Amino acid sequence: MDSYFSIIFTEVYKILFLLVPVLVSVAMIVWLDRRVWAFVQKRRGPNVVGPFGLFQSLADALKYIFKEIIIPASSNKLVFVLAPVVTMTLALISWAVIPFGENFVVADINVGILYLFAVSSLGVYGIIMGGWASNSKYPFLGAIRSAAQMVSYEVSIGVIIINVLLCVGSLNLSDIVMAQQNLWFVIPLFPMFVIFFISALAETNRPPFDLPEAEAELVAGYQTEYSGMMYAMFWLGEYANILLMCAMGAVLFLGGWLSPIDIFPFNAIPGPFWLIFKILFLFILFALVKATVPRYRYDQLMKLGWKIFLPFSLFYVVLTSSFLLYFDLLPGK
Amino acid sequence: MKISRLLKTIFMIDFVTGLLIAIKETFKAKKTINYPFEKGSLGTRSRGEHALRRYPNGEERCIACKLCEAVCPAQAITIESKERDDGSRKTVRYDIDMLKCIYCGLCEESCPVDAIVQGPNFEFATETREELYYTKEKLLENGDRWENILAANIKADSSHR
Repeated sequence: MDSYFSIIFTEVYKILFLLVPVLVSVAMIVWLDRRVWAFVQKRRGPNVVGPFGLFQSLADALKYIFKEIIIPASSNKLVFVLAPVVTMTLALISWAVIPFGENFVVADINVGILYLFAVSSLGVYGIIMGGWASNSKYPFLGAIRSAAQMVSYEVSIGVIIINVLLCVGSLNLSDIVMAQQNLWFVIPLFPMFVIFFISALAETNRPPFDLPEAEAELVAGYQTEYSGMMYAMFWLGEYANILLMCAMGAVLFLGGWLSPIDIFPFNAIPGPFWLIFKILFLFILFALVKATVPRYRYDQLMKLGWKIFLPFSLFYVVLTSSFLLYFDLLPGK
Repeated sequence: MKISRLLKTIFMIDFVTGLLIAIKETFKAKKTINYPFEKGSLGTRSRGEHALRRYPNGEERCIACKLCEAVCPAQAITIESKERDDGSRKTVRYDIDMLKCIYCGLCEESCPVDAIVQGPNFEFATETREELYYTKEKLLENGDRWENILAANIKADSSHR
């Protein structure tokens, strides 16, 4: 019995050790996003609450907590309440397999990337549930769009992941990072990295692919009927997903916790910091893209996903595998 | 599609150019002011919070002609007047419902003695509605507080009247 409790406590401790920093960094990342966006437009952005406005998100969260939660009378109340919970939970549980260093991961499972992919695919359910349960036209249209969009881009992300896995020979995320010790995959698989980045934008409903919540057409898409803390949970889940996609990009292509050069001043910095630097770099790119690019039209989005990204990444799978086979570089031999 | 156009699309030249411009703009000087700590300049005719002015000897300017009450399109002004002991007509009640007011400036324009004016203060948000039902005392107090700026504004604008 004692050992049972001690296992529970160590596991809870490990999970909290991961989740609390993730949640705090989600709040900070919202601030960073708004700040980068403002700077590109020569505005100042939130700079009043705390040093440089760092605590802006906390003030916003406080505001959301004290706001009234309105549940529409015609909604399906159970599903309506469940939707933000699902979104947020799915966004957070995927962090379990992200390795922050050697043996520095909550769940070192041997199908890590598959788990990550499966959980991020499930993420669409939160949005569909929210849109459907609202029983209102804009959320419904937003949910339909988002379902189609996320499913389409998951296909190309899946094929991109196959490219990486061909070079690694393992589904374990730590193995994927260790396989990049000599050469980060961003160099041989650069086109795949670009497509992964764009698909990640579409997968997380970020501009220029924020069609599910296109405010010019759909008010706020699937979030229209949500208010107060439930809205804030959607918003937290969304940003946690964005961070997760950045982490996934960093692990798959940018060498995870590895330092760029294995010489003194660089390899003295501990691994988790390198991973955080890489996640931040990718996130700032996300924010810059948001500030730069206008929103896609829906048919353009679908065309890009199915007619360009999917064939191209499939072609690259053939290219990568034939290259590996020809030069006898296949892993695990 | 022309080959050059195709290559541009494949290598995302336009996108990268846009991104570089975005990065360049990031380091340029900000175009917005740091509002609560730093304020923009206001014109002499800016229409903010109302004030009732006094003559330099402390006598109220308002003669209770009720032109402002009549002209007010939102009917936000309520005036009651009475003859004072010295025979002059003065207001006993001068209320402005700041929630009804549309800040059009007609009251200021209609006033023959420059008594009711709209000052430069636009930061008078309150937590309750009741605080925005301004009475004569509140308006006179405003006039005393902003008199320097109000007089300067009227003087600066006098050649255009």
